[in-house]
Amino acid sequence: MSRKAEYAVEIEDLTVKYGDHVALEDISLQIPRGAFVAIVGPNGAGKSTLIKTILGLVRPASGKVLVLGEPLERLDPVRVGYVPQFKTLDRSFPALAEELVVSGLRRAWPGRITRKEREKALTALERVGAAHLAGRPVSRFSGGELQRVYLARAFVRQPELVVLDEPATGIDVLGEADMYRLLEGYQKQSGATLLMITHDWEAAYHHASHVIVLNRRLIGFGPPERALSERCLREAFGHVGHAHTVALEFVRGKHV
Amino acid sequence: MFEAWHLPFMQRALLAGLIMALLSGYYGPFMVQRGLSFLGSGLAHAAFGGVALGLLLGGEPLWVAVPFTAAVALGITWVRERTRISGDTAVGIFFAVSMALGIVFLSLKREYTAEAFTYLFGSILAVTATDIWVSLGLLLLTLLTLPLWGRWAYATFDRELAQADRVPVLFDDYLLAFLVALVVVVAMKLVGLLLVAAFLVIPAAAARQWSRTFAGMMVGAVLVGVFSVVFGLQISLQFDIPSGATIVLLQALVFTAAALIWRRA
Repeated sequence: MSRKAEYAVEIEDLTVKYGDHVALEDISLQIPRGAFVAIVGPNGAGKSTLIKTILGLVRPASGKVLVLGEPLERLDPVRVGYVPQFKTLDRSFPALAEELVVSGLRRAWPGRITRKEREKALTALERVGAAHLAGRPVSRFSGGELQRVYLARAFVRQPELVVLDEPATGIDVLGEADMYRLLEGYQKQSGATLLMITHDWEAAYHHASHVIVLNRRLIGFGPPERALSERCLREAFGHVGHAHTVALEFVRGKHV
Repeated sequence: MFEAWHLPFMQRALLAGLIMALLSGYYGPFMVQRGLSFLGSGLAHAAFGGVALGLLLGGEPLWVAVPFTAAVALGITWVRERTRISGDTAVGIFFAVSMALGIVFLSLKREYTAEAFTYLFGSILAVTATDIWVSLGLLLLTLLTLPLWGRWAYATFDRELAQADRVPVLFDDYLLAFLVALVVVVAMKLVGLLLVAAFLVIPAAAARQWSRTFAGMMVGAVLVGVFSVVFGLQISLQFDIPSGATIVLLQALVFTAAALIWRRA
């Protein structure tokens, strides 16, 4: 059945438009189950649009998208965990960490948390080393603490696909290393597929099994050493100026 | 001190005020946390347009004001969702147009309409049995939507997360705007269009100061509403000052005290 689909995400001839603006054009790719995929590309390349399409937040102008073997309208959203950028958190909203985690279980905000839900939330928070944060208001959390709570929120529903929007932005180096450890730990235990937007080519190179290089069109897709090639980076980030130099330095650092 | 409560008009005022405290305490936190505090004020002005049309056509103005205000609420939501205009600008446009229509409707009537002023300042002490029944109907309708609280709160916290979980956020936006419009029209008769927004905003904003959870904020907003209605009515009777204004001033007093006590370190 569909649950045993070979690919976590299958995209065929996908085009997404915002009015007249083409955000993504003619994208086709297949993400194998259990892969750790990094999406890289310059600002405005359509990275967020791609994950929003996979999450069902944006409707494609044309093309086909299957997630975990299902068309988006038939997919049970519990099978996908979404970790948004923690900077989007509305800190004026009164919320406790355990409520945020339980919202991932219920797909609704909890008025009162049942004992069973609390146990599951605590287990998920423990897994990310944040059990001590359970009863504390999220408005006072640091970036690293918030990131852990959002990860617990995604993990609590035991998703087969975890989608992360720039998860390392705004957290320190140790926090970042910790986050990759948690993600890789979850993947090892569950066999889940991870899909993350990042601006950090080093992180993509070291942690991802596959890299998508995007600039409105699909420029490269494959293992990092192939996708993060000079040709792909130059095509995505431009042939002139600072981006060009940075791309060259990165590639030479890896291959020379 | 409370001997006046055995008078039937005071009992009706208290009952209507308490129902309003419950309703505004329930919907207010959604408005405040969604950054739609101005919506209550805008809808009250829209309701005035509806009341004026009702007065022009004759009969009970409320029956015209209700669909008129609901239509404006849906219009504001549509403009907010479907255009590049921000929420407060959409409210500002509809509010001005509805007021202008109200003024034109009243001028067409060509006779003095004292009743229009009742709606400007409200009259909680002149609450009729019909007003009570309408308020109870609205309370019942709100109770029927209680199962939607979790997904409304979820979308209020993070619209994108809720959408990713297939919460019909757009439908809920329209439904919430429609229900708030009904609350505003009914409350306007009691506290007046100039003060009705305070009922939706101040208790919720006060409760936010000390609440650690959204559900707690809602309970707090209801309690602030109940406290200010009971003591506001008593004070207004004792000192012979307008009841709606007294209630709102008491709410503001609670808000100020809360802001001072629970201010950020």
